Amino acid sequence: MYVAVKGGEAAITNAHALLADRRRGDRALPALTIEQIAEQLGLAVDRVMAEASLYDRSLAALAVRQSRGDLIEAIFLLRAYRTTLPRFGSSVPVDTAAMKVERRVSATYKDLPGGQLLGPTFDYTHRLLDPSLLTDEVIADPARKEASGEEMMRVSDILAHEGLIEPDGDLPDDHAAGDLTREPLEFPMGRDLRLQALARGDEGFLLALGYSTQRGYGRNHPFVGEIRIGEVEVEVDMPELGFPVSLGRIQLTECQMINQFKGSSIAPPQFTRGYGLVFGQSERKAMSMSLVDRALRAEELGEDITAPAQDEEFVISHSDNVQATGFVEHLKLPHYVDFQAELAMVRKMRADIEATRHGDTEMKDAAE
Amino acid sequence: MSADLATYNFAYLDEQTKRMIRRAILKAIAIPGYQVPFASREMPMPYGWGTGGVQVTAAIIGPDDVLKVIDQGADDTTNAVSIRAFFQKVANVAVTTHTKDATIIQTRHRIPEQKLTEGQVLVYQVPIPEPLRFLEPRETETRKMHALEEYGLMHVKLYEDIAHNGRISKTYAYPVKVDGRYVMDPSPTPKFDNPKMHMSDALQLFGAGREKRIYAVPPHTEVVSLDFEDHPFEIQTFEQDCALCGAHGVYLDEVVLDDQGGRMFVCSDTDHCEDRREHGHVGEMLAPNQEAAE
Amino acid sequence: MSDNPLLKVSGVSKFYGSRIGCQDVSFDLWPGEVLAIVGESGSGKTTLLNCLSTRLMPSAGSVEYRMRDGNFRDLYHMSEAERRFLMRTDWGFVHQNPADGLRMTVSAGANVGERLMAVGDRHYGKIRETATDWLGRVEISADRIDDQPRAFSGGMRQRLQIARNLVTGPRLVFMDEPTGGLDVSVQARLLDLVRGLVNDLGLSAIVVTHDLAVARLLSHRMMVMKDGHVIEQGLTDRVLDDPREPYTQLLVSSILQV
Repeated sequence: MYVAVKGGEAAITNAHALLADRRRGDRALPALTIEQIAEQLGLAVDRVMAEASLYDRSLAALAVRQSRGDLIEAIFLLRAYRTTLPRFGSSVPVDTAAMKVERRVSATYKDLPGGQLLGPTFDYTHRLLDPSLLTDEVIADPARKEASGEEMMRVSDILAHEGLIEPDGDLPDDHAAGDLTREPLEFPMGRDLRLQALARGDEGFLLALGYSTQRGYGRNHPFVGEIRIGEVEVEVDMPELGFPVSLGRIQLTECQMINQFKGSSIAPPQFTRGYGLVFGQSERKAMSMSLVDRALRAEELGEDITAPAQDEEFVISHSDNVQATGFVEHLKLPHYVDFQAELAMVRKMRADIEATRHGDTEMKDAAE
Repeated sequence: MSADLATYNFAYLDEQTKRMIRRAILKAIAIPGYQVPFASREMPMPYGWGTGGVQVTAAIIGPDDVLKVIDQGADDTTNAVSIRAFFQKVANVAVTTHTKDATIIQTRHRIPEQKLTEGQVLVYQVPIPEPLRFLEPRETETRKMHALEEYGLMHVKLYEDIAHNGRISKTYAYPVKVDGRYVMDPSPTPKFDNPKMHMSDALQLFGAGREKRIYAVPPHTEVVSLDFEDHPFEIQTFEQDCALCGAHGVYLDEVVLDDQGGRMFVCSDTDHCEDRREHGHVGEMLAPNQEAAE
Repeated sequence: MSDNPLLKVSGVSKFYGSRIGCQDVSFDLWPGEVLAIVGESGSGKTTLLNCLSTRLMPSAGSVEYRMRDGNFRDLYHMSEAERRFLMRTDWGFVHQNPADGLRMTVSAGANVGERLMAVGDRHYGKIRETATDWLGRVEISADRIDDQPRAFSGGMRQRLQIARNLVTGPRLVFMDEPTGGLDVSVQARLLDLVRGLVNDLGLSAIVVTHDLAVARLLSHRMMVMKDGHVIEQGLTDRVLDDPREPYTQLLVSSILQV
């Protein structure tokens, strides 16, 4: 006899228990510590912080552990946590010119004040799997040098000195930066909200879009003016004190892309810009972000919009991987009520066609 | 790091957020059927799994409320169980499976068979709030169409259906006109449920978390399904009655019994079905057993 | 018929920085009158058309339209809602590329019926009847009513676009190179059709074209544009048979004699 299905609650409890078991895995192996994850899988932690829009290495490491290494799941966890945090103010804009730089490269100049600093990059490694990493080999101390004290001026400032590059954004001085996590999304967007969306956008999606611009889908002739990675101070204004107070330091990756020059009937040609700024060491993301930022400025710069990367509504509506995965994966939820409705419709339409065919056959028989 | 990573406010959302959502809800009630943008928060369940409905419920629920949560009409589907458990945890509120005892009913894809009464609130989970979305993907354009009451495109779609299929073939998320002004997507409820929205005594609220929109149908509001004069709106009908409780004229789920095409139909609304059986109604699946027992 | 013009254009100019799109254009358009705006590429004729039809905001000047209640309204002092309504009911706009003026993924019948549905028609059978009637008037076979314009030839698409525009009985139709891109034989047939419809329906029209033959066939009056300015205007026959300006003479004499 058919019994109505019950037991959803029990099923969920059991599923959670199984998940916890799988997450821990072989009990004979030592459990991962949060510190290990934060230290030794730092770039995964960086990505989670960036796309969750929350700078906290320990929490991000916890999220990575809890998600069993599924980084989008980890980002989701950290975002949900962020929602519960009270907001008590905004910082002063961080000054990347004053960054304590660990890595700084420019493709547009062979040499420049402050020099080219490779930093801890994968760039020139040979991508050969390294068996020495199968065991815990002793790693020698890296070379260290005293900071030269030479100022690391921004490449964009070098160009700006000669008037060769457009100014850095043209929002009015009294413009209060919008907050994507506190305001509903509406199009068209201001550049500040757009950059926020890109900063927390999915790295893979932005990478593909940036790549597409290079392959001709909205090409804007990019050059890496500068990438710098390092620590910046985060300060808040204290009206009672009359000066800003530092809350601490965070690591950022900044990419200034120098793009297609452009002039008009009133202005002589200048290079245009794309900008990327991400938490942690996230170079690929910062570069992709700057390519897409520039592509999305097509309308502002009077360019034809021909490519997906230039379509603001398309890019921003689909750049959030937590939203994307939620909606894609929701297809797993029961949809049988609507499916029942479709079944009924299809059966009815097929029956109608059959009836017509039958009717035609009958008429034909009658005629003969 | 402490064991208590975060302390949660009543019903999870902080008071500012609740206030923001309530303002959006009030706006929505003032303009029936109009999609009010709101700053949807990241919730502890995925987008697409009811975050809009959960935020609306969290904004309006109080300690004295009685909550019912259903998905596909059933209280026991996994997502309904999960959402109900969430509110029990963060609001410690009384829950029920009985429609008539609930003050707030959060639902996905169905309206309860039991007529709702004054004082009840039905909160719908909405995936895509924009009824014109699949005809016109751009938000900037659909916003204008609503503002200027330019709904020609919607009827073009219905016209095409009739031209190609002989009938309007939309079976769920069937568009309606609210209070004679805005065209609205009722959420993916089967069109069978559309008439229940018209002149209801209850307040109907719609939350789309991922798309960040809230809309509403106040009590006693006209809700009319779009159609043509010569192709009027029709609800689905079922030939069968519920095999468990014998109910007629309710929405039924098809259950596959074996691999030879054996199937039966049962009430999608599980509370309705149980209630009927408690009052002695039986369907054909249960009747023989009763006789055998006697 | 009223003693008043349908459209009053006064000093319309459009500048792009220091570049002139069009400058200081003034004229009146009367009910039932077809005006051709003729010029080569870069003459400013399309810019002017877009300024007149509210698709482009002029830098200076005014465009006033006589509404059905007899009052003149400055088009650029109207709300967008009113302008869009006008565009859907009282006006038509025929694009050079029919794909720009049609919904390509929707049937021919729906394309013609859309404006009727947009103003509240709710009887499927009657909408379909009206659509069938209009398809007939533009010489599209009635059995194509459920086909999509994607399956139509260029000439058919253009005729469908015309039907779509005329179904609500507009008083003023703008046309941007309506025969551009069509085969010569198809052009002739289309021009005949347009001329017939304009006459039968008493339409006013403003037709932009680089083709003097189109101007000759369709228009009562014409304006010749060069570098953003109107250099000559008058009755079409007069301008074409007795051009006064050197540039106009050049245009006229450049028509290949075959």
